[in-house]
Amino acid sequence: MAEVRAEDFGSEEQAKIVEDLTKSDYKWGWETIIDHDTFPKGLSEEVVIAISKKKNEPNWMTEWRLKAYRHWLTMEEPVWAKVHYPKIDYQDISYFSAPKSQPEFESLDQVDPELLRTFEKLGIPLEEQKKLAGVAVDAVFDSVSVTTTFKKSLAEKGIIFSSISEALHEHPELVKKYIGSVVPYTDNYYAALNAAVFSDGSFVYIPKGVRCPMELSTYFRINNIDTGQFERTLIVAEDNSYVSYLEGCTAPMRDKNQLHAAVVELAAFDNAEIKYSTVQNWYPGDKDGKGGIYNFVTKRGACRGKNSKISWTQVETGSAITWKYPSCILQGDNSIGEFYSVAVTNNFQQADTGTKMIHIGKNTKSTIISKGISAGKSDNSYRGLVKVLKNADGARNFSQCDSMLMGDKCGAHTFPYIEVDNNTAQIEHEATTSKVGEDQIFYLNQRGISTQDAVNMIVNGFCKEVFNNLPMEFAVEAQKLLAISLEGSVG
Amino acid sequence: MANNENIKDWYISNFKSFEEKLNGQSQSFFHKFRKDALIKFSELEFPTTKNEEWKYTNINPILKHNFNHAFNSVKPVITNEEIQKYLFSGFEFHLLVFINGIYSEELSDINELPEGVIVDSLNNVLKSNPELIQEHLSKYSKVDNSFNALNSAFSADGYVVYVPDGKIIEKPLQILFLNGAENDEVLSLPRNIIIAGNNSQVKVITTFYGYKKNTYLTNAVNEIFAGENSIVDLYKIQNENSGAFHIDKTDVYQLKHSVFSHYNFAFGGKIVRNDINSVLGDEFTETNYFGMYLGNEKQHIDNHTFIDHAKPNCVSNELYKGILDDDSHGVFNGKIWVRPDAQKTNAYQSNKTILLSKNAKIDTKPQLEIYADDVKCSHGATIGRLDEQAYFYILSRGISPEFAKSMLIRAFANDVVESVKIDELREQLNHMIFEHLHRVEI
Repeated sequence: MAEVRAEDFGSEEQAKIVEDLTKSDYKWGWETIIDHDTFPKGLSEEVVIAISKKKNEPNWMTEWRLKAYRHWLTMEEPVWAKVHYPKIDYQDISYFSAPKSQPEFESLDQVDPELLRTFEKLGIPLEEQKKLAGVAVDAVFDSVSVTTTFKKSLAEKGIIFSSISEALHEHPELVKKYIGSVVPYTDNYYAALNAAVFSDGSFVYIPKGVRCPMELSTYFRINNIDTGQFERTLIVAEDNSYVSYLEGCTAPMRDKNQLHAAVVELAAFDNAEIKYSTVQNWYPGDKDGKGGIYNFVTKRGACRGKNSKISWTQVETGSAITWKYPSCILQGDNSIGEFYSVAVTNNFQQADTGTKMIHIGKNTKSTIISKGISAGKSDNSYRGLVKVLKNADGARNFSQCDSMLMGDKCGAHTFPYIEVDNNTAQIEHEATTSKVGEDQIFYLNQRGISTQDAVNMIVNGFCKEVFNNLPMEFAVEAQKLLAISLEGSVG
Repeated sequence: MANNENIKDWYISNFKSFEEKLNGQSQSFFHKFRKDALIKFSELEFPTTKNEEWKYTNINPILKHNFNHAFNSVKPVITNEEIQKYLFSGFEFHLLVFINGIYSEELSDINELPEGVIVDSLNNVLKSNPELIQEHLSKYSKVDNSFNALNSAFSADGYVVYVPDGKIIEKPLQILFLNGAENDEVLSLPRNIIIAGNNSQVKVITTFYGYKKNTYLTNAVNEIFAGENSIVDLYKIQNENSGAFHIDKTDVYQLKHSVFSHYNFAFGGKIVRNDINSVLGDEFTETNYFGMYLGNEKQHIDNHTFIDHAKPNCVSNELYKGILDDDSHGVFNGKIWVRPDAQKTNAYQSNKTILLSKNAKIDTKPQLEIYADDVKCSHGATIGRLDEQAYFYILSRGISPEFAKSMLIRAFANDVVESVKIDELREQLNHMIFEHLHRVEI
């Protein structure tokens, strides 16, 4: 009888899995032919003004955009991240693209049927979604918000959930008060660019004492060749309020790299809680590393009030390059920041992602759970900062960064920065790197489970702590995405 | 002189007079090495906090002084009796003494060594055995910043330890660096080389002490080569005076089955920066880094370590612990790099710091950069104060608060102190920990 050894599974099976991995193609690639109102390529003060005009923005907004643009001109593109890509020509990008007609829809039959078909392909049954799951969907098709559902029932509670452009007209005082208050345009290169040319995005305002009755979600898509996507999201949760926001993306397959520089700002006041979940599955480029989205995102939440809480959960499977550090500024006493992340890279994908937890208030707590999975020839880095300021007595942080490697051509890196200036702080950081355990696969094999199912199980187990923090609807989707990303290896 | 540009020019302008004092070496390969380094030095700028590797360490206070090369400084008169208080005792050893980085033959005491073994000053070996230096000099340690360029350009002396294949130096070497001058701000630039042949063994204890109260700068470079199956232990006990600056770079290259252990105890110094880098150049090597940093008053202690797993099947262990009191500031930056084919690598790193006072501060950056899949790598970092529950428990047993704190400090330091393989040294180090922290010794 032939002897069965663990190594056999380790070498050959593993090699096959890795090969299958790299073979798996992006399933959701297609393109909608829809008439676009697109600006010519290039960026200048005129373009910034034109974007603002196009959206009928108030003067102060135009001014703000121009200030941001002028500041952007003085800045240099950051190079410190562990990612490599050809230099971006910012004059070779069109900065505005919108579906031609944009009436305010009350019902779905008014919506362009072409658009609806696209959403169907994406697997968003808008009709059903209204009733099902209690999810209000603010679908952003390219750059302009086209349809908003459940708005009325939210309005009854005083909740504002609309596109930023709409909010600029209906609640200019709120937008003016909070926009740029968490991520100022001076913050970094891409934040400045975004502030100058942002096309649209979501605005959420939860008044005092209101608990948002449903998960709010938005689907962003990039669907116009050579159009950079510059989303801007602003969520404000007043005292004693709660909101859970979901963001998910898919994009059609294409050849040319696309730039995406979004900004997300969250502000939570006394006893408020914001839960922000992301499933990101943009086109990562093909197996030769051609194409794919450049995802340079600035996400930051400010726990302004006492006992406030901001929680980031992200599942990152797409994009050719990811540069993203959802952060929490823990200003209020007893405030809490959380970061749960699964980042999967395959083929030639590069991800440099992590978080920042800035402890300013007293007795602030933060938790970081980061799981990185690298396969193919990809590079996956965790980069994080935990900073405890002088007066942040009783700060507490726990960080756990685990990496899993599949294949010998990929890289997994950890770059945590810990800066502590207060002796009452208690900080723990742990990181491990390993591969899928041969003994674990062997154990599952001998229980009659195929190697592919075994790998699936192990990977899912590896990510469990993060998936548990996703809202139910997203948890299912996230597992599916993971399965697609690591397809071949997992079933 | 506050300006970086000026201080750099000042050092460069001193090269001529330094050259003249070297009498007759100007044609040697070693002097060419100095001149090349001077060119590098003139091209480089002193690092600022904008440089990622120096992010947390501001060296501007060092650049405000015009340190005088030990050649130009009046050599202090030190007797054999005076030396004794700086030495670790209770075990047999060979002794080498350096005053401001220059070898002092009369104070040194090297007894019988195995055949072929060289334990001497760099200056002497350059005369007696220049080929040996030529073969190894600057092979493992490359000039990469202004400090080591300065060391190379003005390098005048240091220690050389050469152990031929199969030889073992049984007694540890104790190498004492006494620094500082009476009326002068002196520059000490030791350039040290350890070459351990195949199947050889050597233990080296280097100690840095401040001799005079005046400010001075120690800026050392150490190159270490560990041959196949060799075992090299290097202890570094740094206890410079409280006004001194200390910069040290150690580069290690290891061959198959070699074991290199580095023990880094940082007590003294106003601004201290240690760089310890190992290349695991062949399979089945083992590297151990143990570190203990103790800060009081306004001390700034920065430890940078880098372990390069260049080949498969190697093991590295790193444990760095710090106790920071008063207004002291600690920095730890540890990097583990696993190259693409370095499969079956096991690398562990741990950094733990205790902050004893409200104003103490720590910045730590443990890093993993991994390009091979079949590896087991981990790092951990913790920061906190003395365990309050344990403290309360000890107090409840009727033990005084002072004593209770010392117990907890000893317990915390224990795993690093215990790693020291020379028994007598271990106890004396323990004593130094409490002395430096001004705590009751237990």
